[in-house]
Amino acid sequence: MRKLFAIIVLIVLSISFTFAQENDKEFRKIPSVNLKTMDGKTIDTKTISNNGKPYIISFWATYCKPCIKELNAIAEVYEEWQEEHGVKIIAVSIDDSRTCRSVPVLINGKGWEYEFYLDENSDFKRAMNVNNVPHTFIINGNNEIVWQHTTYSEGAEEELIELIIKLNNGEDISGE
Amino acid sequence: MRKLISINRSILILTIGLLPLFSVGQNILNSGQVHGNFQLDAQYYLEDSTIGAPDVPEKIGMNAFANLIYTNKNFEAGVRYESYLNPLQGYDTRYTGSGFAYRYAKYSKDKFEITVGNFYEQFGSGLIFRAYEERNLGYDNAVDGIRVKYSPFEGVTFKGIIGNQRFFWEKSEGIVRGLDGEINLNTLIKKFNDKKTKVILGGSFVSKYQSDQDPICELPENVGSYAGRLNVSRGKINVYTEYAYKINDPSTVNGFIYKPGEALLIETSYTQKGLGISLAAKRIDNMNYRTDRAETGTSLNINYLPSLTKLHTYSLSAIYPYATQANGELGLSGSLIYKIKKGSAIGGKYGTTIAFNYSVVNSIDKTAINDSTTIGQKGTLGYESDFFKVGDRKYFEDFNIEVTKKFNKKIKGVFSWVNLMYDIEMNQGHANQPNVYANIAIADVTYKLKNRKSLRLEAQHLSTHQDEKNWALGLLEFNTKHWFFALMDQYNYGNDDTKKQIHYYTLSLGYNRNTSRIALSYGKQREGILCIGGVCRAVPASNGLTLSITSSF
Repeated sequence: MRKLFAIIVLIVLSISFTFAQENDKEFRKIPSVNLKTMDGKTIDTKTISNNGKPYIISFWATYCKPCIKELNAIAEVYEEWQEEHGVKIIAVSIDDSRTCRSVPVLINGKGWEYEFYLDENSDFKRAMNVNNVPHTFIINGNNEIVWQHTTYSEGAEEELIELIIKLNNGEDISGE
Repeated sequence: MRKLISINRSILILTIGLLPLFSVGQNILNSGQVHGNFQLDAQYYLEDSTIGAPDVPEKIGMNAFANLIYTNKNFEAGVRYESYLNPLQGYDTRYTGSGFAYRYAKYSKDKFEITVGNFYEQFGSGLIFRAYEERNLGYDNAVDGIRVKYSPFEGVTFKGIIGNQRFFWEKSEGIVRGLDGEINLNTLIKKFNDKKTKVILGGSFVSKYQSDQDPICELPENVGSYAGRLNVSRGKINVYTEYAYKINDPSTVNGFIYKPGEALLIETSYTQKGLGISLAAKRIDNMNYRTDRAETGTSLNINYLPSLTKLHTYSLSAIYPYATQANGELGLSGSLIYKIKKGSAIGGKYGTTIAFNYSVVNSIDKTAINDSTTIGQKGTLGYESDFFKVGDRKYFEDFNIEVTKKFNKKIKGVFSWVNLMYDIEMNQGHANQPNVYANIAIADVTYKLKNRKSLRLEAQHLSTHQDEKNWALGLLEFNTKHWFFALMDQYNYGNDDTKKQIHYYTLSLGYNRNTSRIALSYGKQREGILCIGGVCRAVPASNGLTLSITSSF
């Protein structure tokens, strides 16, 4: 009887520790913060999704040259990305009230087809610990941040899609 | 034996009894996460009399920040540690020191969100309230107090704030209080859910309290302001309007006049794929609003008056940036971005984007209130102003074109031309200097090499007959996946004073990996002014070695 008790205790303990271990490995979920759409509607960042598939969040600003270069470069291959890999780009602009109304003008003028939001008060920027733009995140199907990167250099979009392909194949890309 | 068993049993029972508690504790600890970021900028200064860089006694300046945020389900807490030992040249020396400049705790549940401690917030466009941080300007007017957000129904949000503002390492003596409400009619009213026309209404009230310590003048201790806003959109068209009014608020900035202030902002846009057009107008009259009426510069601002001019980022086009005139300005701006389709003669294989932008800012009309009072006379109503009349002084005008074109798989470029007029006396406080008329041409070409390597070349030229006359700039940058190397020279070759025809060269080297970046640069920085959103900071001339590190986790 006592042995049985001890065994049960051990099992329960080990299970709770295993869970604890697994929890340690858990990636960070996207924090819940309010963003605005172009027509002024408020949305909660926890409602952002790509139907269970990975997606990319790109922090940018209308006055940030490397950001525009990055989004331009992705725009050229975006159709292909969507069709072949089912990935979606969420462009979050940190433009404040001075420049935020030129966001849709620029996005449409450039012919970009991204889902885009305004982070006028930098709430999401702070919650995601973004120092400077561009800052790019890869989010998995469970809305968890699995990879991130700052700055842009020519050809970085090729690496981005390679990582998405790996993620789609179930590989762990957090160490890349 | 029996005794032993009973001890064993009680230990077991105790252990089992505690287990659930233990697991709950574990869960709470495990669901909590800590994240943060870090930024450090340091410079080693060398004296350089040729460019006017002074001898810095402490030799080294450093600004550093670290944010730590702890989140656990509905709870969040954070701190920011800042260190200025000593502040970099050009930042206010009152920042000298280190410590926790920002800390808060936030809890959100159901339809409530409560923040205690420091926070950043904005009502509408910020015409009567905006607390924000802009590190590059040394600007931080975070509020220390309480903020409550409440959303009783979907589509309706209320915000309430009260607190003191940050003033370097201290807090404002004045208190700021405010309420804001916003209603999204299409979300709130079921009948309008699917209507094509979307309407959002908002309104806010803000007031500040500062005691009147003036022995002679009777100054308002409570200064109230209100603002209303409306956003209407239908398909491709969006119209945003905001109007703000502030009761009389004599201050150092407005010369202690008792006139009420007002601001109007109208922004419209039309967008469809491949085309974006925007038109905006604003009028600001006596809208300086601070928790301390004696304060000038960039401290203790309660509100934010957005400037509608384009924020230029290339070095030479940013030499003459516009600074918002809180005492009165009338501005107009328009821009058009058009993408010429792929395959057309001009569009080429990859399409070409052309962007036009124009903005102009004038003074507002001011007439004397009567024959015996001069305009802006202290202790009076100051002046009268015809709302629709344009003042006769032009502060700023800018017309610019930018063409973005990809020529082939390897070469792409951005070409721009800027024509501007700049009232240097108003914008930079240089008295008795003539207005500057300048033309700036910029070519920015990127050449893609193999294996994530690329070369970037920037050539810029500024021509003007005023101020420091002509400038030329050349930049060559080599980028790889993790490294960058750049060489830049800014040359004031047109300066009338041959001693001031100086080469401002800079050498930079950087490394980045994932979310960390480290960069070193060595060279000369010309004296100038840096403006972000119409808020400006003087950048003194310097010569030396700069180190920058950023990281986030």
